[in-house]
Parts: sequence; structure tokens; C-alpha cells
Amino acid sequence: MQLILEKRAERSKIVALVSPLIAIGLTIVTMTILFMVLGKNPISALYVYFIVPLTDGYSLQEIAVKATPLVMIAIGLSLCYLANAWNIGAEGQFLMGAVAGSWIAVKTQGTEAGHWVLPAMLLLGAIAGALYALIPAICKVRFGASEILTSLMLVYVADLLLDYLVRGPWRDPQGFNFPTTAEFDPVATVPTLIEGGRLHLGSILALIVVAAGAVLLGKTIKGFEIRVVGAAPRAARFGGFNANQLILLTFAISGALAGLAGIIEVAGPVGHLQPGISPGYGFTAIIVAFLGRLNPIGILIAGLFLALTFIGGEQAQITMKIPLDVTKVFQGILLFYVLACDSLILYRFRIVSSSPQVARGAH
Amino acid sequence: MRDTTSAAPHTSATPLLQTVGLTKRYGSFLANDKIDLDVWPQQIHALLGENGAGKSTLVKAIYGLVQPSEGELRWEGQTMVLSGPSQARARGIGMVFQHFSLFDNLTVAENVALGLDGKESFKEMSARLQQVSRSYGLPLDPKREVWQLSVGERQRIEIVRALMQNPKFLILDEPTAVLTPQEADQLFVVLERLKSEGRAILYISHKLEEVKRLCDTATILRGGRKVSTCNPKAETAASLARMMVGTEIKEVKPAASREITVPRLVINDLNLEPDDAHGVHLKGISLELRGGEILGIAGVAGNGQDELFAALSGERLARDPGTIVIEGIAAGHLSISRRRKLGAAFVPEERLGHGTAPRMRLSENALLTGHAAGNMVQHGFVNTAATLNAVDRATETFDVRKAKRDPEAASLSGGNLQKFIVGREILRNPAVLVVSQPTWGVDAGAAAVIRQALLDLAAGGAAVLVTSQDLDELIEISDRIAVMFHGHLSASLPTAEASREKLGLLMGGSSLETKEQAHAADT
Repeated sequence: MQLILEKRAERSKIVALVSPLIAIGLTIVTMTILFMVLGKNPISALYVYFIVPLTDGYSLQEIAVKATPLVMIAIGLSLCYLANAWNIGAEGQFLMGAVAGSWIAVKTQGTEAGHWVLPAMLLLGAIAGALYALIPAICKVRFGASEILTSLMLVYVADLLLDYLVRGPWRDPQGFNFPTTAEFDPVATVPTLIEGGRLHLGSILALIVVAAGAVLLGKTIKGFEIRVVGAAPRAARFGGFNANQLILLTFAISGALAGLAGIIEVAGPVGHLQPGISPGYGFTAIIVAFLGRLNPIGILIAGLFLALTFIGGEQAQITMKIPLDVTKVFQGILLFYVLACDSLILYRFRIVSSSPQVARGAH
Repeated sequence: MRDTTSAAPHTSATPLLQTVGLTKRYGSFLANDKIDLDVWPQQIHALLGENGAGKSTLVKAIYGLVQPSEGELRWEGQTMVLSGPSQARARGIGMVFQHFSLFDNLTVAENVALGLDGKESFKEMSARLQQVSRSYGLPLDPKREVWQLSVGERQRIEIVRALMQNPKFLILDEPTAVLTPQEADQLFVVLERLKSEGRAILYISHKLEEVKRLCDTATILRGGRKVSTCNPKAETAASLARMMVGTEIKEVKPAASREITVPRLVINDLNLEPDDAHGVHLKGISLELRGGEILGIAGVAGNGQDELFAALSGERLARDPGTIVIEGIAAGHLSISRRRKLGAAFVPEERLGHGTAPRMRLSENALLTGHAAGNMVQHGFVNTAATLNAVDRATETFDVRKAKRDPEAASLSGGNLQKFIVGREILRNPAVLVVSQPTWGVDAGAAAVIRQALLDLAAGGAAVLVTSQDLDELIEISDRIAVMFHGHLSASLPTAEASREKLGLLMGGSSLETKEQAHAADT
């Protein structure tokens, strides 16, 4: 008996839908073992992780708040990945967007500036994210530098820049020396949707981004170009599509969306610029993009699911003293299984008898 | 099924190699269905069949590359179970594949050494290599690197490598596909000699004239089953073809009269350096192709045909716009989309990955080349109805067989996908069609449909440029034939004057070289 992977004639639509669920199932099994090794009751740990956050209104809002940047970034990343351009540096683009947008907030602090402030911040955040993403894209197109390395390394540059600004020039003079800017003025703050709640306008923007992504990929020639260039580069060239242009375009879009997510996070839930504004949204969004099958609707669902693990992780730390890093372990294992299960879309398992004696017996 | 015994008497009592009821199943698909084959010593045995008939699977089973699902192999009358090619080689079975497995940057001797299982030293092996190659009239310099060699010479390496194991049984897979007619003749001499030494040869081909000339016995496969074992010398090419295909093949008919009109594609002294180290430098290529004309470009693969296609399509741009003129407009600097808007259409050699995106649907593949002109894209949005309509029209006009209305390209058979690709381009009513290897690896029925479509397109006033390695195909459909060799394009000959011998000489570069020598002597 032998287990072989056999190529399917066509991609399986059913497996494409089911594979993320299989991956989640396998991840939960692995996590159960991990919790037992840690000496925690796996049933109650999983309950705290996945069920408790769904039981009260505050946590549900918090899930939407956390999902907002994840979904926005992941939509942009999915365009890159479909085009075979590997933007790993969304975290850096997120921080750059946050820094650039905050610049307007800091400069207009305490002035009579009107309602143009927030739109200008969002616009500048998106532009900064796009420009920051274009650095690795241009290096790739012009010099053939690996965008995986350059985009990743630029994350640390952005991180340190933010650190410098909030400890130096932009530090709040009344902030007791904490590394943070002053609280943003109301005109520089993203409005909330529910009085006294946490849910904010950015979540609506994320939904619009999802819809726009779906239209771009499904209905337009640009979306088609992006998909062909990734799926069959030589055919794309034959079709007259310029791969380099598409690398620049997808990097710029994904940088802009990451930057927008960054400034929304700072001007929304956080309310001021400080280090640690992101619990790794830019990296988690990579998992969201793949778990969502690089499909906008899938990304929306995957974003909500990953947000759940952030909230659940916090709960588990509070109530069961499970380290917060376990959440990252969980996300890493999930990505691993998602990528593994993806091979089942194009391949299937078959059990074959390898012994010729058996074959002859059947004759 | 009929089973006429071969003309030549057998020298031994048992066949050298037998397959008895050999069956190979891939899932529910039967690649080989109870095939009985007897190959005797001192016999050249042809294995005939269309693509997908099961020839490759059968020889892979004989060479130990696949395990039969049912049935057995017998070697000199004894049951034989092979778990891999090295066991087949140990018994005396050698194989020369159609696609060479050579390392370009290694020398001839190094390549041979890599393929041998023996324990002799490299020096002894090199000496034996030279001795074997000389004694069979297959000259090879062991110290040369493979990338410098012609395709014919590369094949020689593969043959010599197989001969160095002194095989009793040699399998050759389409050995003449890459050879000029003269090189093929030389190969036949070697094969006759091997036969006279008592060896058996299993010869896979679909060139029927060649099989009639060379082989004593032919086994014909169709759809995984054996149709017949016969004496090919007693059959006609048409009767062999009928057995291969199962039905009569439609004759391709050129239009009674064609009007030759204005020049639609002109190449003026095109020079283009290759973009990779082992590519071919295009040198001084010129031609003029008028509406209503089909020009065939012959040549052994790797003499610049791919580079010429890329230059004509715009996948590689020429420095000087005037070197390529489409419909009277200098186009050397224009992108492939701009050239399509001028009325040009292109069909590349590779169906999957170049002509189509394999894992995308046919409608998306219609959009791939149809987006530049026509109504498929409006204000940046794809008109899905128009792309589906293009699929339906190609399906109807060219009889594309598929499981559903809009499947992925990779799920179609080679012949049906090629009909779709050719149909996709022809239905755009191009003024110029550049097509490379239009019927490569395509079943005979589909090949006839495609050739007829090219003739009809020319009859409608378009200019058609066909690159092919199949001389018979070019002679059948072209008005003129030119030959590519080492990046040069010969002057074209009217097809009536283009004998196989003349074309063969040009394909080997002889007349061009004499011209160059004369030129060198002048300066």
C-alpha cells in the first residue's frame, strides 16, 4: 500500500472552500496537544479562546475593531500575492501610514483647523504607505532585488522611525516623559459608530475596500492582468501585460491600504501615536490573506476569525495565565496548515497497491 | 483485430521481449488495455499510434519507469518484474528518449558518465566512448560541452550512451523528429547495422513513410488498445493511418485560386541578440509576405525560430521600428497589444503556459489575446458575455470537444486546446497570422482541421507565416518555404521546387555556409 498525491484535472471548487476549515480543524487539534503540554485544561482553554469572546457585546465590537486593519491590509496583500509579488512588509507600511497621518494631527494640535484634518490624515497615510511599499517594488523591478527581504527589512526602519519621533520631536510635553504624542483633537479622530462604543468608521471603510477588491479582481481587466501575471507569467507577457508595471501597481495599492489602516488605527482606537500601536497586524494579515484564499470575501471572514484569536488570547492570559505569545504560535500553525491543505485543491490523495504480485493476482 | 505474421523469419524460438495482457490504469483511465507485443531479436519493430494512444506508457513499462497494473513482461521467455530503469538496463534494455536528458554545461563524456551504472574509470569510459562512437559512425568529441552541439549531435550522445551498455533491446522514441532528412538517413544506417548485429529495436514514430522503409513489423495502438500487428512494407501509408486514427482522415484542400495582394508582413534585415546565454542570435532576417500567401519556415528546432517568433509578436522588441512592418506600419518597437490592433495575431508553440494560462477558464483565455481589440473590455470592465461568446464561436467553428461550456484550459486534450487557440486567433479576422508548430503533438483529425483553417484564412486574404519542424506539413500547406539555420533565414523557395533533399541541405546549413565561405574569401 502506498499513499500518492495525484494531480486533479481541474481545481476542486469544494476543496477550495473546505481546505481552510480542514486547516482550522488541524490547528485546533495541535493546540489541544499544546495546551495539555502546558498543563492547562484544553477544553476550557479552547472555550476561552473561541467562545467567550462571542458572548458579550463589548468583545464583539472589539473583534470588529481588530478585524478592520487585518482585512484592509490583507486585501492589498492578496493583490500582491496573486500577482506573484511577495510583499512581507505590510507592518512597515502600516507604521509609515500611521506616522505620516499623525504628522498632520500633531501640527494642527490645538489650532482652529476644521473638518479637513481627518480626511487629509487618511489621504497622507495612504500615500505614505504606498510610497514606502514602492521602495522594495522599485528595487525588485530595477535591480532584481528580492522584495521578500527588502520589504521585510523596511519594517524595522519604520518601527525605529516611529520610536524616534514619539521619544523626540513629537513627544507630548505634558506626557510625564512617556513616549507618546498628545491625544489627538476631535477633528483628527475617527468617529465611532455607536455612542460610547469602540466600533468606528474605519470598519465601514474596510467593508468598502472588500467590495472594491471583489469588483477589481472579478470584473475588471486590471484584476485579470494581476491574476494572469501570477498564474502564468509567460502567457501574461503573450497577452501584452507588463509584469513590472503590475508589481509596482500591486505594491502601491497594498502599501496604500496598509498605510490607511495604520492611520485609522492611530486616529481611531488608539487616539495618539505611540510605539506598539500594532500587535503585528501587518504580519497577521499575511495569514488572513491566505486563510481567505486570496479572495476578498474569504479575507473578510478570515480577518474576523483571526481577530477572534487576538481577543481570545487576551482573555486566556487574564483568566488562565496562558502566555499571550501562544496566540502567535496559534497563528503560525494555522498558516502552516492552510498552505499544506492548499495542495489538496490541485492534487488528491490516492491509495494504490504498489506490489505487482497483488496486481497479477487480480488478473 | 488482425494479426499477420511479419515477413522476416525469426532467428530464435522465443521472442526477446513480450508483453502479455499488459494493462496500465491511471485512476479510471486505461492508458494500456491488455496489450500483447512480441519483439524478436534482429527486428526493427515499429510502435505506431497517435498522441494518447498509449505508446509512451507501454515503453515506460518496458523500461521499468511505470509498473503495470495487470499483465506481465517476459524477457527471453521468462517473467520479468522491473522496479526501475537500472534493472531494465542491467538486463540489456536501452532507451533513447525524445526529450534529451543532458546537462548543457557539461561535456559529452561527463554527460555519458552520469548516465552509466558501471564502475570503470572516467578515462577508460572516455576511451570506450570514442571507440563506440567511431565504430558506429556516430562521431563525437568527448571534450566538447553540450550547449555547443547541434540537436542531431545531442541525439548522438543519447544513442552512444545507450550503445555503450551493449543493449540487446533498444527503444527509440521519435528519433527523427529533430533531424534533417539527411541526418535521419544516417541514423537509419546505424539502426540497420544494430539489427544485423542481432539486436532488437522498438521504434516509436508517427512518420509512416519512414516506418515503411525501415521496420519489419509494426504494432499499432489506438486509445490504449492494440489495433493490429502487421508488416508495414505490405501496407500503404493511408492504410496505416486509417488503423492509427480509426477513421478516414479528411484531405486538406487548398482553395482553387487565391489572389496574392499587398505585402502585409515585411521583415527588413532584422538583427537581434539573444537575451539568454544559450539563445540564438538572429542575423539579417528579411522576408516579404503578401495577403493570400502562406510562407513556411522549416528548420531543426533551436535555430532561432523561437527568437523570431518573439521578435514578430513583440514579446521582444527590436531596436529599429522599421525592421518589422505590419500592414504598412513600422512595428518593431510596438508592444504585442499594439501589433494586435494593427491586425496581427499569434499562435505560439507552447499551448500551456504561453498560448494559454493553464489554470484559467477558456473565457479568460479568450480575453488574454482578445482584450486589445474588439468589445471584450469596456471602460476597464470585462464584458463576460463577450468572452463567453468568443469561446462558443471557437467551439462551434472548430469543433472543440470539452466537458462543459467554460472549463480550465489545462483540462482540454492537446488537439482540442490547439483548435481553441487557433480558432480564438482566426475568429478575430487577422490580416497577418504568425503561427509556430501549429499541429505539434495534435491528433490527426485536429491537425487536418487546423491546416484547413490556415488555408482558408489565406484564401480570405490574410498573410500566414507558419514555422514548423514537420516538412510534410509545410509542403502540404505553404506556397513558399524558407529555412532557418543558426539565426539566418534562407531565401524562400516555391513549394513546387522545394524538394526534401534541398530543404534538408538548407536545414543542415550547407548552402548557407558555402555562401559565407565565399563571402569570407571575398574580403
